[in-house]
Amino acid sequence: MRAGRISLFFALFSLAAFFTTANAQEVNGEQIYTVLCTQCHGVQGDGRGINASHMSVQPRSHIDEEEMSARTDQELYKVIEQGGKSINKSVLMPAWGDNLNQAQIEALVKHLRKLCCSN
Amino acid sequence: MLISQLRKGVLAVLLNMLLQSGAVLADGAVIAREQCASCHALERPDYDKLGLAERLQRKAPPLYYAGNKYRREWLLQQLQQPERIYPAGYFPLAPVLITEEGDMPDPAALIQHPALTAEQAAEVTDFLMSLRPYDDLIAADNYEPGKVAMRMAMMDFRKFKGCDACHQDAADSGGFSGPSLLNAWRRLQPEFLSSFTQNPRAWDPNSIMPVPQMNEAAIHKLVDYLKLIGGEQ
Repeated sequence: MRAGRISLFFALFSLAAFFTTANAQEVNGEQIYTVLCTQCHGVQGDGRGINASHMSVQPRSHIDEEEMSARTDQELYKVIEQGGKSINKSVLMPAWGDNLNQAQIEALVKHLRKLCCSN
Repeated sequence: MLISQLRKGVLAVLLNMLLQSGAVLADGAVIAREQCASCHALERPDYDKLGLAERLQRKAPPLYYAGNKYRREWLLQQLQQPERIYPAGYFPLAPVLITEEGDMPDPAALIQHPALTAEQAAEVTDFLMSLRPYDDLIAADNYEPGKVAMRMAMMDFRKFKGCDACHQDAADSGGFSGPSLLNAWRRLQPEFLSSFTQNPRAWDPNSIMPVPQMNEAAIHKLVDYLKLIGGEQ
């Protein structure tokens, strides 16, 4: 009986540790932003990444508080998930919905809010 | 008696072939581990454990599926006379200059790819081409080379699909973060081009290429465009 309790305790502990680790590794909005977004939106989030100078449409500046405040979190989520076309914007903003899961997109939206409006 | 001797002879020849090929692979593997592995992954990273952090640290494209990706003749040439595939270095680790005009590639930070001798290149090519963990993805692909008209295909690549945001399809056109696609047809196996474009994450869970929202026929047209700009029609 006691052995069973100990096993259960370790099983739950391992499960909790797994989810904590996975959470820490997967859901990091800033990390996702660096890997996927800065190529176009810029290291500083100003919409002037290394690809931007060749683009026919300037990527959104994520540090422009006025512009970003005009978008709801739901809209930001949608454009990340389904791409620029989904809100009648440029196809140059791809859909990341098959690359990122819900928690990752939500973390990214939070990071965008931090970039634009933390001051 | 005669059959027995024949069997022994055949076995000896087979054993010799095996040993020879093994020796070549072993040499190529040793050189690759010494000269390539500090930047290129020769074994599949533990993506589940490392998460996106792996991509932040990645210095160069992984090579653990090189045999499913590259054309042998290009790889042999590349190892001897390397050409730059990523115009601004490998993103996102490659440093950028933050300027008044925006982020710019830092030419001073671009690393010159080392070159191997012809003999080393042949051995490393043999080794790398033996790395084929994704034979199933290649076998599952249905791409058959077709023809596309330059004007429409270019418009499709640039305007309708937006691939030029990250990829160059001409020397003076396209973004810097993805590999240049000017020579993609010469560099990559056609089935890889098709399969990877359809589902980059099946090949590389930390790929920074978005999974495209298009059907197989549309992907094949893009690959046909790469064939066209690569000099074949």
